[in-house]
Amino acid sequence: MNRVLTVVVLNKAGVLHRVTALFMRKALNIQSITVGATEVEGLSRMTIVISDIDERGIEQAIKQLNKQVDVLKVSDITEEPIVARELALIQVNSPVQTRAVLSTLIEPFRASIIDVGRETVTVQAIGKPEKVDALISLLRPYGIKELARTGATAIRRDVETMFEVARVSKANVLPI
Amino acid sequence: MKPFYHSKKGGRFIDMGAQVEIKAKAAEQSHRQMTGAEMLVEVLRRESVEVLFGYPGGVVLPLYDVLYECEIPHILARHEQGSIHAAEGYARVTGKTGVVISTSGPGATNLVTGLADAMMDSLPIVAITGQVATSVIGSDAFQETSIIGVSTPVTKHNFQVRSVDQLPRIMKEAFHLASTGRKGPVLVDLPKDVILSVGEFDYDEEVSLPGYQPTTVPHILQIRKLLSAIQAAKKPVILAGAGVLHAGASCELLHFVEKTQIPVVNTLLGLGSIPGQHPLCLGMGGMHGGYTANMAMYEADLLINIGARFDDRLTGNLKHFAKHAVVVHIDIDPAEIGKNVETHIPIVGDAKSALQMLIDEADGSANTAEWLDRIRRMQSEFPFWYRQDDSTLKPQRVVEMVHELTYGDAIIVTDVGQHQMWAAQYYPFAKPGHFVTSGGLGTMGFGLPAAIGAKLGKPEKCICAILGDGGFQMTLEELAVLKDYHLPVKVLIFNNFALGMVRQWQELFYGERYSESLLPFQPDYVKLAQAYGMEGYCVKTESELLPVLKEAFANDEPVIVDCRITKEEKVFPMIPAGRGIHEMVGVQP
Repeated sequence: MNRVLTVVVLNKAGVLHRVTALFMRKALNIQSITVGATEVEGLSRMTIVISDIDERGIEQAIKQLNKQVDVLKVSDITEEPIVARELALIQVNSPVQTRAVLSTLIEPFRASIIDVGRETVTVQAIGKPEKVDALISLLRPYGIKELARTGATAIRRDVETMFEVARVSKANVLPI
Repeated sequence: MKPFYHSKKGGRFIDMGAQVEIKAKAAEQSHRQMTGAEMLVEVLRRESVEVLFGYPGGVVLPLYDVLYECEIPHILARHEQGSIHAAEGYARVTGKTGVVISTSGPGATNLVTGLADAMMDSLPIVAITGQVATSVIGSDAFQETSIIGVSTPVTKHNFQVRSVDQLPRIMKEAFHLASTGRKGPVLVDLPKDVILSVGEFDYDEEVSLPGYQPTTVPHILQIRKLLSAIQAAKKPVILAGAGVLHAGASCELLHFVEKTQIPVVNTLLGLGSIPGQHPLCLGMGGMHGGYTANMAMYEADLLINIGARFDDRLTGNLKHFAKHAVVVHIDIDPAEIGKNVETHIPIVGDAKSALQMLIDEADGSANTAEWLDRIRRMQSEFPFWYRQDDSTLKPQRVVEMVHELTYGDAIIVTDVGQHQMWAAQYYPFAKPGHFVTSGGLGTMGFGLPAAIGAKLGKPEKCICAILGDGGFQMTLEELAVLKDYHLPVKVLIFNNFALGMVRQWQELFYGERYSESLLPFQPDYVKLAQAYGMEGYCVKTESELLPVLKEAFANDEPVIVDCRITKEEKVFPMIPAGRGIHEMVGVQP
């Protein structure tokens, strides 16, 4: 099963290497990893998705991460209320005659065309990783020339807002 | 200025007493302009470093130039690997941080085995490596290696100093990290331009490592849980590991054990944490441990691990290990708890604090009379055994002789293999810090240099290096150091013309196919000793060995004794690979 970890680290040279080296030692495959700044200067947040890992494996990985001097906080947020988003840039074959179809196709995904070429368009999609997966499989028949995904970045939901959202969404039915 | 004085026979004597003035001098130096090299030396003074192990080279030339007139003795090993193993030996017997210096590139990579060894055995080491100048890092400059990349998995932490202003803070953090929490090796990489440039020396600021706050005091509720488990237990056993020694908790362990009457099994590296001849000490457990020690862990209904990490050489097949027991694990490193063995009562903290809390809270003796009876019966029925034979020299007997002739007061340093196991089995360690051996990594070649470090750490002690012929030949270049610095280490080579442990496994499990495990050609160790300016002996029987050992332990000279033992002698009992702790073979003759 995939696990999602967030790791708050000092923003220093070599920290990424220390973190990934731990996964390498335990022969774990990193599905995706994103790193960026946090609200505190000098700290970065990593969102790491690890594939095929059992309870024991993730527990060990977390403990080893915690031992790292440059790591401040590790959380396994897999089973927590989180919002996770990913950005994908998809360059799709698109001769002029299919272009309108394509636009209709991506519209429900709130994706947009950000670059247009003679034979291709580049689609930008942002959403949950599963949603991005779905869009990609829909676009595949048209011929994907290149694909770049950032991997998921995630943050815990504010629990109070979450209840609010749940209440509202029950009324409105529209999934986010 | 140099703390060496020359002996009549040549060689340097080290005056460790020169250290007293160092601290007084240190106070004057704050906020002064200094070069990186001067700063480093000033840090070593502030950290009360007694001795440096190292080897010079290109980029560290400016550092060695400052060391030329530094009062801290520098021991010039003959190989960088020797220098770091010596630092490990020093750290092991003193509990202080061992400091090692090397140059960039090959100098740094030659430290890697020692770093890995210190990492596995949690020894406090600060390794200072030179690096090419910051302007050429990454350009494949002469003697450049990315030692930060190479050493990351085998160090507790490492640093590259990018500017001279960072140097004092980083060094302070390095010493702090190496010597606190779960101790370990820390590497500081110093580019040449940093060594040379000038900055302000400020060593007063506190260490600020927000990501490093080891828990040392355990939670009282967990301690109480353990005490009620003890009350409920009928067959409790303590497993005491190196954590007890690192925490300096031997007195507390003894007190707790005597109060509760719970028997103690030691790990290899935990030997000496409780007196070896104490009635409640069952000796070493594990692959070549005692039958009673292993059966006690197998049958136990409560296993209290204090500062051990349930290494596979101890547990045997995990399916059978302590399967009837409530498992308690006291460890300063939370990552060790539950790593190998499912733990019912985890206690994160330093062994000394935990034991002190246990002593304070414990009501009295556990109900162990019946259990101890069973253990005594096993002990008398299944002691360690070997067949005595006057025509050959028995390695087990040699260990016993060393124990008798030194009144159990010698510090025993070993290499890795059969001789290491015989030393662990037959030398009852009475006190902590008297056994120096490479446990987790099992580094052949560790013994001789580690003995050098041990002697420097404890100059008043008799240091007896028990080595195999294989491991000795891996680092025998360090013999020069014995004579150079007048370090009267007694080197006993258990010479069976083979890599004994490999040979033993091939005999037992590989149909006697001795693939590359025999060493039919050996140098003449007597002549080798003479070549290095020391006495050498070759002995083939106990009666030949006795006078040699008596003479060796009485004088103040290094010596090499080539003890010819038979190839066929095996280490027993043993747990064959993949078997459970209760499935030992060779338990009885």
